[in-house]
Amino acid sequence: MDKLKLAFYWAASCGGCEIAVLDINEKILDVVAKADIVFWPVAMDIKYKDVEKMPDKGIDVCFFNGAIRNSENEEMAKLLRRKSKVLVAFGSCACDGDVVGLGNLWNREKIFERVYFETPSTKNSMNVTPQVRYQTPYGELELPEFYDTVKTLADVVDVDYYISGCPPPVPRIIDAIEAILSGKLPPKGSSFLFNKAVCDECPREKKDRKISSIKRIYEINDDFKTCFIDQGVICMGPATRGGCGAQCLNANIPCTGCGGPAPRVSDQGAAMISALASIITDEKVIDQIVDPIGTFYKYSLARSILRRRVMHE
Amino acid sequence: MREVIINPITRLEGHGKITIFLNDEGDVEEAYFQVPELRGFEKFCEGRRAEDLPIITTRICGVCPVAHHMASAKALDAAFNVEPPEPAKKLRELMYCGYYIYDHTLHFYYLGGPDFIVGPDAPPEKRNILGVIEKAGIQIAKEVIKHRAYGQKITEILGGKATHPVSACIPGGFARPISKEEQREIEEMVKSCLKFAEFSLKIFDEIVLKNTSYIELMKSQSYTLKTYYMGLVDKDNKVNFYDGKVRVVDPYGNEFVKFSPEEYLGVIEEHVEPWTYVKFPYLKKIGWRGLIDGPDSGIYRVGPLGRLNAADGMATPLAQEEYKRMYETLGGKPVHNTLAYHWARLIELLYAAERALELVTDPEITSTNLRNKPGEPGEGVGIVEAARGTLIHHYQLDENALARKVNLIVATVNNAPSICMSIRNAAKGLIRKGNVTDGILNMIEMAFRAYDPCFACATHYAIGQMPLEVEIYNSEKQLIKVIRRNIDGRN
Repeated sequence: MDKLKLAFYWAASCGGCEIAVLDINEKILDVVAKADIVFWPVAMDIKYKDVEKMPDKGIDVCFFNGAIRNSENEEMAKLLRRKSKVLVAFGSCACDGDVVGLGNLWNREKIFERVYFETPSTKNSMNVTPQVRYQTPYGELELPEFYDTVKTLADVVDVDYYISGCPPPVPRIIDAIEAILSGKLPPKGSSFLFNKAVCDECPREKKDRKISSIKRIYEINDDFKTCFIDQGVICMGPATRGGCGAQCLNANIPCTGCGGPAPRVSDQGAAMISALASIITDEKVIDQIVDPIGTFYKYSLARSILRRRVMHE
Repeated sequence: MREVIINPITRLEGHGKITIFLNDEGDVEEAYFQVPELRGFEKFCEGRRAEDLPIITTRICGVCPVAHHMASAKALDAAFNVEPPEPAKKLRELMYCGYYIYDHTLHFYYLGGPDFIVGPDAPPEKRNILGVIEKAGIQIAKEVIKHRAYGQKITEILGGKATHPVSACIPGGFARPISKEEQREIEEMVKSCLKFAEFSLKIFDEIVLKNTSYIELMKSQSYTLKTYYMGLVDKDNKVNFYDGKVRVVDPYGNEFVKFSPEEYLGVIEEHVEPWTYVKFPYLKKIGWRGLIDGPDSGIYRVGPLGRLNAADGMATPLAQEEYKRMYETLGGKPVHNTLAYHWARLIELLYAAERALELVTDPEITSTNLRNKPGEPGEGVGIVEAARGTLIHHYQLDENALARKVNLIVATVNNAPSICMSIRNAAKGLIRKGNVTDGILNMIEMAFRAYDPCFACATHYAIGQMPLEVEIYNSEKQLIKVIRRNIDGRN
């Protein structure tokens, strides 16, 4: 039997997903023994043109990380979809938009204004911004087009499986690779994370208190034992998919939601708001939530029902 | 006029591109290095909770998240006018050393080192980590994997997660004390890393320094830029990764300025070009003169060689010995040879291990006194040395401790002008009469690989050699030649 053909690609991302794959350490040698990696920009020497020449569905499984922030990201997503039998959205950027998706609170014009004009270290009296096409004295240079709206992978192509997390937890990456190598793939649309919430993995003691005020993490005297929500600090654990082993909670920091929506939840932020609403003692507590979008939709704005801010002139 | 497009310069299609314009004689007229990506953190961090900034900004870079986490934590300390207790600072710095151990190991063995270990003109299919394993042996490969993993493990223990840690997001504090057992575990790992760093320097000695052709290459004009240098130093002007003042030296090695984080806007400005998404920083007092080096150009360099040039030495004994030896070998300070970044990086690996050992054996390190009470939210600047250079986070917070304004000058961005110049110089020095070979392409790659660049956090140009395609056009824009490396690395 032919060896499986695997591909890894990154779009608008930070590189952390690639590092998470390297963090499987010596297990990568087992992978290479059982499968051929036919495309992996961070590790191997294969180009767009090589991928274009592959037969359609010539790649068995493609792990795609990164959000769709510009024209090139979208072109690559479409190319890899065409070339792959199975496409996996790898990491929160591809699954949910991650923090890159918070760019949807603005548009290209506002982001360029901040980055290239307003920042106090920038000196740009001619108001220069990067151009898709630019004529130098010697010839033309091109850049990909920066979009107004960040999209998830599933917004531009059909996705078969998901591994969320920022980055995906290393043990879950190993689970996914083992499932693929042994041909035991779950039903289409499944997540390789766990079908439970971060709360289910959290070592902290839950007392199910009603809360009468919202605190910031630096305002409490953490006892290292009690559930953060019980202490009045917003923790995204109830609304977030587990599988990470509640690592942040083990470092005494509340969950910020990088696993994306918990199982059977379509909108992570709405689920968390609903959870909080059921335990506050008083409507006034709501006013103490200072950045609802950044708090509840930090990693999932681009795939939420809100998706983006409507910009008015 | 002919046009040579190297697209992509890396395996990361779309994350970096070189276009070289040749004149009628086939010599290089001009070369452009473009960064085709932007995500816009400086905008979407606006309105976020202060304590979320060290968590959001780690996502700038998944290879150096600890650097962003720490620059952010220090910017919050300053914005809330609070100093962490000493044990909290020590834990932060210990985590930081773990990050350096992992990151510098990654670069030397996986990214930059293969060019030297296997050879710059070795067959392309050997010029990668597999070639390193083949040449050095599986035992050494296992040591490399093990010690990179140790660095990650130290960050994971202290930071919660190795990639995108969380524990320093409390202004004036650190969330994760360590037990005596964890202290012993880290101490064992660090001791092993120290031996590994010494071993890595020995490899560098044997493979690079004993090879006169490498020394010649290192000293050649194609790989030399006479710039200013920048790096964080302690009170004795020794290299420091986590804290201190930023010192800048001129191309002759004299101190040009030394400043505190909150003074950075008086020293650094950024220039915008229409052909790339990255900005070009320069020294404000000298000014932007375009992509040229020398004392009249405000361009400066950061990262391992920048730090060593900007400092008077290393704060730990073994690293200090190596520091002296490097400058004696290369003819005094400052060293302008771009390929010496690799040597400087290994000296820093040794320092990181020595410093980590000091910290982990400090009696205070298991203290649980890790928090001081933050003051009122205001404005703050945090500066650390990321593995790739000086990293600046600047926040203005409103009365609810939400970010009003955010400015970031990211490590590799400081080096962006120099990387453009290094690529141009290498192209000009190596491409003659239209002669473009695979070997020449790799030599051009080596010019910027030395910086370990991390553009738009679309990190790393290569684990091994890069995918390259050079299309050569005649003056009628007709394609006359394509040079390509295929999947197996062959041409």
